[in-house]
Amino acid sequence: MQISAKISIWFFIGVLLAFYGALIFGYGIFELISGVLAPVVLAKLHAPVWWGGMMLALGSFYCIRFVPGKKQTN
Amino acid sequence: MARLFIGNHIAQSVLAVLLPSSVLAHLSIIDIVIIASYFVMVVWIGIYLKGQSNTSVDFFMAGRQMTAWIAGLSFLSANLGSLELMGWAGSAYQYGILAAHWYWIGAIPAMLFMGLVMMPFYYICKTNSVPGYLNLRFGESSRVLSGVCFAFMTILMSGVNMFAMALVMKVVLGWNISFSILMSSVVVALYVGLGGLRSAIFNEVLQFALIWCGALLVPILGLIEAGGWHNLQAKILMNYHTSEYTHLWKGLGHFSTNAMGVQWTGIVFGLGFVISFGYWTTDFLVVQRAMAAKNLRAAQMAPIIAAAFKMAIPFFVILPGLLGLVVLHNNDGTLMHLVGQDSVSAANPNSYNEVLPLMMERYLCPGLLGLGITALIAGFMSGMAGNVSAFSTVWTYDIYKPLIKKNGSDSHYVSVGRWATVLGIVVSIGTAYLVMQAAAIMDYVQALFSFFIAPLLGTVLAGMFWKRATKAGGFWGLLAGTVTSVALYAWVRVDPSAIRYVAFSSEAKAMAADLYRALWAFSSCAVVTILVSYCTKPKPLSELAGLVYGASELPHAEPVPLIKNHWFWAAIVITVFFILNIVFY
Repeated sequence: MQISAKISIWFFIGVLLAFYGALIFGYGIFELISGVLAPVVLAKLHAPVWWGGMMLALGSFYCIRFVPGKKQTN
Repeated sequence: MARLFIGNHIAQSVLAVLLPSSVLAHLSIIDIVIIASYFVMVVWIGIYLKGQSNTSVDFFMAGRQMTAWIAGLSFLSANLGSLELMGWAGSAYQYGILAAHWYWIGAIPAMLFMGLVMMPFYYICKTNSVPGYLNLRFGESSRVLSGVCFAFMTILMSGVNMFAMALVMKVVLGWNISFSILMSSVVVALYVGLGGLRSAIFNEVLQFALIWCGALLVPILGLIEAGGWHNLQAKILMNYHTSEYTHLWKGLGHFSTNAMGVQWTGIVFGLGFVISFGYWTTDFLVVQRAMAAKNLRAAQMAPIIAAAFKMAIPFFVILPGLLGLVVLHNNDGTLMHLVGQDSVSAANPNSYNEVLPLMMERYLCPGLLGLGITALIAGFMSGMAGNVSAFSTVWTYDIYKPLIKKNGSDSHYVSVGRWATVLGIVVSIGTAYLVMQAAAIMDYVQALFSFFIAPLLGTVLAGMFWKRATKAGGFWGLLAGTVTSVALYAWVRVDPSAIRYVAFSSEAKAMAADLYRALWAFSSCAVVTILVSYCTKPKPLSELAGLVYGASELPHAEPVPLIKNHWFWAAIVITVFFILNIVFY
């Protein structure tokens, strides 16, 4: 899935998802530890923990799989 | 004097951003970091790709190097503008699940037809645009007419996207509308102007991922709060005393038995055939993405991949609208009542179009709210960028090159394309202010579709599948269809009771009038094309090779495993399509 000779689009996506995932997951952990929940409906489900964690995992996978310089298979 | 006024206006806008007055949600620092890093990434991609967009093939066709997945996701993402996100969530609140017709019968059959039947012709004739195909098939006049219409439409659509994005910023963050329009314009102009179609496609794939991550959580949490789909249906029935909100086909027997005021014939023939096939097979905005694929197989797979994802989009666009009917409440505990944009008042301060931001504000905590807002911005910007990049191509190849400078150098046309991008953005800004006068975004967009898309479908189908169609037939058919559409629109505007002739019922509503007007435009185009063609001399068969079914030898497809066969995947998609229609009947 390499488009450019240098950086694949999937790598860009991986970087952004991993960064976002880390931020959201980190906030979720903070909520979990401090017990201070944001004033939103269903806050007790701790969506930032599982949603952020999922994005971090997915983004990390794409970063590693499509890191620049690594030979890509289509 | 004018510059002073503009300077003051911008200064006031910036001040309004810094001092928001009444807003739905306040962003935390984590939200701001998420939104800001998205803008940085988008511009970085544009700058990174600038060095790879030096020739016209690179700039306008992304070098024809895209894989099926990238072309397919971009094909879909270019359509994920205001129409898809806020507009249809608002329509779902207003009309119920009927709005899902625009995703299923109004998209899937046409996308599959595009991939399986029409794409080979677009691809093998190696044209740069849909008007370019008309030039090869029907001559210069048809190309210029369709090019001018398309350029006009894309600019209007781009303005719709700008306005919708600015509206989100106003509703959720309290940002000044003018500032939002200016900000999105500069970013889109930067990344499309620098990297051309390649940059637009890269960003569309990125935006596709963000839209899924950012918007999918709202319906998941909404369904948990509502107690699942069956409880949602029961609560809607209890609150509104009708089941039409949750049934796709049940209320379409007559114009008066559904909120949209439309009958099943309008949905099946007007939407499912004319508007849908017109949009997905002739609108260069989406066709351009598939044409950028690296080979014919990838070009054929692109619309099929897009169709598979398209079927899932109602989950995070239509479902939040339906959930809004049940879960949104005022501070005093009463059910919130959203109204049309022109009926907003102190008693009902929010419009249908704001249902998605309201749902986001309800469920998304810091971080997730920033992601949700970023998803909306990404959707709007992909819609804008898609329109602007398509405008740039059509302007350069189908208007500037044939009418203004025929024998320019390749680098000259790349330069014209870059400037056309900027020009397109500037005109879109003006359009965005025009859209503010429209009662509802969706009605406006539907009117545009029937003006240009419906007659174009008639002309392209005649050109591609009827050897006898002539140059004069193509041109006069296209003109007749467009004039019919505009005339019918004007007729109903001047005399609203004329809707009983246009839509075959005095109980039909505005949306129905758009669907039937598209049918009229297509029919008049087809009739005039046939009549004029029989009165004029056709092209010899030898000149139709590669352009017309029956006169062209399509490239022989190498056998591939079933898992890579586009017919196999198309069969799966159409099966799921039928299952969805039966389940939500």
